[in-house]
Amino acid sequence: MSEVSPATPSRRELFDVQSVREDFPALHQEVHAKPLVYLDSAATSLKPQAVIDAVADVYARDCANIHRAVHLLSQRATARFEEAREKVRSFVNAAKKSEVVFTRGTTDAINLVAQSWGRAYLREGDEVLVTELEHHSNIVPWQILCQQTGATLVVVPITDRGEVLREAFEQELSDRTRLVALAHVSNALGTVLPVAELIALAHDRGAVVLLDGAQAVSHVDVDVQALDCDFYAFSGHKLYGPTGIGALYGKERLLESMPPYQGGGDMIRSVTFEETTYNDLPYKFEAGTPNIAGAIGLGAAIDYFTSFDPQAVHAHENTVLRYATEALEAVSGVRLIGTAPGKVSALSFLMDVAHPHDIGTIVDSAGVAIRTGHHCAQPVMEHFGIAATARLSLGMYNTTDDVDALLDALRKVQEIFG
Amino acid sequence: MDLRELYQEVILDHGKNPRNHRFPEPHNREGRGYNPLCGDKVTLRLQLDGDTITDVGFVGQGCAISQASCSTMTQAIKGKTLPEVEELFSKFHTMLTSDEGSDDLEALGKLAVFAGVREFPMRVKCATLGWHTLNQALGDAGGEATTE
Repeated sequence: MSEVSPATPSRRELFDVQSVREDFPALHQEVHAKPLVYLDSAATSLKPQAVIDAVADVYARDCANIHRAVHLLSQRATARFEEAREKVRSFVNAAKKSEVVFTRGTTDAINLVAQSWGRAYLREGDEVLVTELEHHSNIVPWQILCQQTGATLVVVPITDRGEVLREAFEQELSDRTRLVALAHVSNALGTVLPVAELIALAHDRGAVVLLDGAQAVSHVDVDVQALDCDFYAFSGHKLYGPTGIGALYGKERLLESMPPYQGGGDMIRSVTFEETTYNDLPYKFEAGTPNIAGAIGLGAAIDYFTSFDPQAVHAHENTVLRYATEALEAVSGVRLIGTAPGKVSALSFLMDVAHPHDIGTIVDSAGVAIRTGHHCAQPVMEHFGIAATARLSLGMYNTTDDVDALLDALRKVQEIFG
Repeated sequence: MDLRELYQEVILDHGKNPRNHRFPEPHNREGRGYNPLCGDKVTLRLQLDGDTITDVGFVGQGCAISQASCSTMTQAIKGKTLPEVEELFSKFHTMLTSDEGSDDLEALGKLAVFAGVREFPMRVKCATLGWHTLNQALGDAGGEATTE
């Protein structure tokens, strides 16, 4: 045959959710004798086989400590660990690999900035600015820091749609503001904050800006140079990677000026009892043997995710989110919490007949996994005068069929409680 | 796993229309309970005369299980002595948490409708919130009872 078969379109050109689903083994199981419908990716995303294999392969083949021994296994493990750092750099478009610090996750990264940068540079009278929709992880580290330094925590209120408006932000920003810590995307409400605009305003006042990207990395484009943020924190496990690994991006100039966060191995150049000199970036902030397999797994997750066109992934998720929003709005007795325009991924709701916990148990019995509770964002609940919501949240593998399964399960809630 | 085992008619009824959902006057004991998992809160007040609970009521918000549990608990303990209440909680707790369940459902009376909660480990705390709050009200410890 002389005919040349046309090249198979790569996954970049073609987003096919059914083939994506094949990559996630956890989707292919039954819970309570029902096929699993997973709508809790904002809590943690499921993992594709490529990530599971990468992690297993580290332990099965390249199991060695890094940056130390001269033996071959250690060389291989070190190379793969540093390749993973390069993948993270490229993914968030940091200028340099040395600006990427591996952490245990977003929380660890935020605490690193609070305890290292914050304790070095904050004084009494300074202000740390957060918003009302922050996750507890982007509130509590700053409260601790304020107690330690005498600085004050200032809160930008949200609107009843769950938005952070420029005007409200400007109102709270002042010359005393030294650090602004913002969610890129709200975990409880799905609001996307206008971060580029807010960062510019904060920089005009000379404040340093940290973005909590935990909910953002898998749902919106992240380019730390274009955003011009000073720090960006995110977790691997919400980006289809393993738990216990995440990264902090920091501008080199800032990271250089910061004292170490923790003391230990790998973060030192030389130690005597009189004096210790610290290692270069980013190792200065990576004390102790890191989560080697986790970092390599995160690298595999980034490879997996970027094997698709991220725009196509986002567009697919937004289609499912729109479908879910319209479908839930049509159910009588359902109230959506968080209705900001341009939301991504997460949809919080209440039902007049049942408490979120009862909703969660009943839909679980139908095989549908959603999150119920305060989503570690109690100030958000406080704003809306509620204790908890039920929340569905999407990953790249979700379909409108998943939303239909949830709606069927909600009918069961109405049957029982109606 | 049968949902109807969990959401029995008695539970739905007490969840929707909790009994003793008010503060008794007079009262001489108060307990506050909090379930950090879901944010549910309950305040319980009671009148203890000698070692007998002569009146009890609660105010709070929560899921059907926690509200129904508080409601049926207030009915079950009113007029009971402290040792009787302690024994009741112990039997109730065993019913919810032991592998075998309760061997003495009869002694629990209406509280036996919560037997199905044992199949839903994530919900045991909902069913015991009111009881932990009661323990806090009766004990000397200040602060807040939590289910954690």
